[in-house]
Amino acid sequence: MARTGKTQNPTPTADTTGNSGLDHLQQAYEANRLYAATDDELLHFYEQMVLIRRFEERAGQLYGLGLIGGFCHLYIGQEAVAVGIQSALKEGHDSVITGYRDHGHMLAYGIDPKVIMAELTGREAGISRGKGGSMHMFSTSHKFYGGHGIVGAQVSLGAGLAFSHQYNEDGGLCVAYFGDGAANQGQVYESFNMAALWKLPIIFVVENNQYAMGTAVRRSSAETHFHKRGTAFTIPGMDVNGNDVLEVRSAANIAVEYVRAGNGPVLMELNTYRYRGHSMSDPAKYRSREEVQDMRDHHDPIEAAKIELMKRGVAEDKLKEIDKKIRQIVSESADFAENSPEPALSELYTDVLVETY
Amino acid sequence: MAIELKMPALSPTMEEGKLARWLVKEGDEVKSGDILAEIETDKATMEFEAVDEGTIGRIVVAEGTEGVKVGTVIAVIGEGDVAAPAAAPAAAAPAPAAVAAAPVAPKAPAKPEIPAGTNMKHSTVRDALRDAMAEEMRRDPRVFVMGEEVAEYQGAYKVTQGLLQEFGPKRVIDTPITEYGFAGIGTGAAMGGLRPIVEFMTFNFAMQAIDHIINSAAKTNYMSGGQMRCPVVFRGPNGAASRVGAQHSQNYGPWYANVPGLIVIAPYDASDAKGLLKAAIRSEDPVVFLENELVYGRTFELPELDDHVLPIGKARIMREGKDVTIVSYSIGVGMALEAAETLAAEGIDAEVIDLRTLRPLDKETVLASLAKTNRIVVAEEGWPTCSIASEIAAIAMEDGFDDLDAPVVRVCNEDVPLPYANNLEKAALIEPSRIVAAAKKVCYR
Repeated sequence: MARTGKTQNPTPTADTTGNSGLDHLQQAYEANRLYAATDDELLHFYEQMVLIRRFEERAGQLYGLGLIGGFCHLYIGQEAVAVGIQSALKEGHDSVITGYRDHGHMLAYGIDPKVIMAELTGREAGISRGKGGSMHMFSTSHKFYGGHGIVGAQVSLGAGLAFSHQYNEDGGLCVAYFGDGAANQGQVYESFNMAALWKLPIIFVVENNQYAMGTAVRRSSAETHFHKRGTAFTIPGMDVNGNDVLEVRSAANIAVEYVRAGNGPVLMELNTYRYRGHSMSDPAKYRSREEVQDMRDHHDPIEAAKIELMKRGVAEDKLKEIDKKIRQIVSESADFAENSPEPALSELYTDVLVETY
Repeated sequence: MAIELKMPALSPTMEEGKLARWLVKEGDEVKSGDILAEIETDKATMEFEAVDEGTIGRIVVAEGTEGVKVGTVIAVIGEGDVAAPAAAPAAAAPAPAAVAAAPVAPKAPAKPEIPAGTNMKHSTVRDALRDAMAEEMRRDPRVFVMGEEVAEYQGAYKVTQGLLQEFGPKRVIDTPITEYGFAGIGTGAAMGGLRPIVEFMTFNFAMQAIDHIINSAAKTNYMSGGQMRCPVVFRGPNGAASRVGAQHSQNYGPWYANVPGLIVIAPYDASDAKGLLKAAIRSEDPVVFLENELVYGRTFELPELDDHVLPIGKARIMREGKDVTIVSYSIGVGMALEAAETLAAEGIDAEVIDLRTLRPLDKETVLASLAKTNRIVVAEEGWPTCSIASEIAAIAMEDGFDDLDAPVVRVCNEDVPLPYANNLEKAALIEPSRIVAAAKKVCYR
């Protein structure tokens, strides 16, 4: 499968972490880039990625129809990251937290698309009962802790979730996803420091989709190789192709094993690309159509998985069957989201506090 | 010529200390930089160094003496006589006005939360807070405390003294100086099911962390449709201390009280500090618990109960009266009580209400008092604009207009950043005489 580097920077394979001793996980990844998925596993990854893609496309349509309001950040193009990493976790045991571009992570975690879509349309059946919206979704039963709108906040909160795993000695870990934009927030480094100091079981995942809103990485970051940014805190870094689900999974396995063994945090940089705008109201003046088209044509994670499946001899009909099934699921979730009632007005005053004083 | 060595002030608010140990004896030669003695303040044990050379002529205050006032001669270098030491620590120079409130609070009317006949002991607010945390940590293994200098240093203001020794480093955690980060970690740990107590060395530094207090802790339960609990307590000293300048002297009560999703508590005395901190730790909601450095060392009555927990959201009538209601909270309560004594001598019978909880605010108690006295003065150690005092004025107008015989008067700090100079600082802060004047004004006296 195609190796995708950063579009704005030379692919940094040659100069990974630089600092001696902090690139051993990278070396392990380089030595074993592709996860040896069974056909069934790869089909499952494919199905999940297609679900995210179709779901997000539909969300974009509903936004255009005025059924979804406010901010809506789509995950199209980045599917392999959430799917590859989530598949390496113990569901319901390990914690996950992310920012506002959160639909894809929830779908990758197996959360019902209906309640996600109903949250997008602001309905009572939504996962946050219509009070959160696109950016604020949670599922404590899946140990999915949101869904946070302040750029970078999920990194400190994720370190706190990791702290609770360590405190409870439950063997769990936390994955905190954030973007290349969030990677410039101060609290990220405060959290790196404490996570390394206390050996917290956390995987920091920078989803480098090349743009913080409209600002390209090279225009915002003195050090564009985000996986190196843990070196000052002795956190090993990994520079991963985020457009190939098998590479993501291979890297995730290495990181999970290291963190679960009690060695402290890992910083993974997942190089990927967002096809759509930052949010639905993004004019996309900061990049060319050609650049986006090139990524779609040559580095698409779903296409890559499809090619691999065909190479393995999986029948094209089988993939078409999956596509059809997903279209059906997404269609049903959209119908559900459109036809569910809005929250009762009395809900305005509930859930402000847990207790009555 | 003899050089007098005086009890040093080792912190901005120190008024007295214990001469824990002499490291020199009479006749010893000392030079600049030698450590002469160990002095225990309410915050820490500090070493006292010589700045002059000479022979220790006489040790005036013996080691082990407690309550040695700042400025007392404790030893003499060289020959010559000095005045005899003060007979008793209590006889030393008067403390500044703000701190002069009676060290033991006046008897309060019986509170429904404390059963009649309960034995009372005396405790400082500092010890009451520590005991509250220790009791809750014994009761619930999920409770832990984190913050700057809470463990090995024993607390920047000694509030966490002894907790490390009892509970160990897993549950009493020194953090780096990184408020935004550790407030986020504490909030995340609460989301993960623990019961963190996050200490800010002062709430001034919590400005670095206010995003997590408001955006992460206060709003997530609502945003998640009730799925996400965040039972965290943010606590630490709040408000003006003593001549520490503008950046270290601010009352954040109105800031946090503005935010739905938060509980905001600002106790005055030891009983409330303990009973409400225990309630805060047990609450399923995020709590901002605002203490006051100048009150930490004051001694009050504390009920001797196995489990002294007070209700959140209930004000307390500290002194009953019929002519005017003085509403206050935190350090302002001491001033209000002092003002009430002065007013009583002039024939005005003031009722003093301690709000105790700023959010949710106990409107009923305020309005019931207004219905009785028909006059309200609000005393608040903080800025006047958009203050708790403003809120009380609005409540009185919206819900008690017909009971008002005079406009509500706010007695607040001056609307300026707090200055350093002694006279300017004093002029900027509220004091009992201003409360007295305001009460007379609303009584048309």
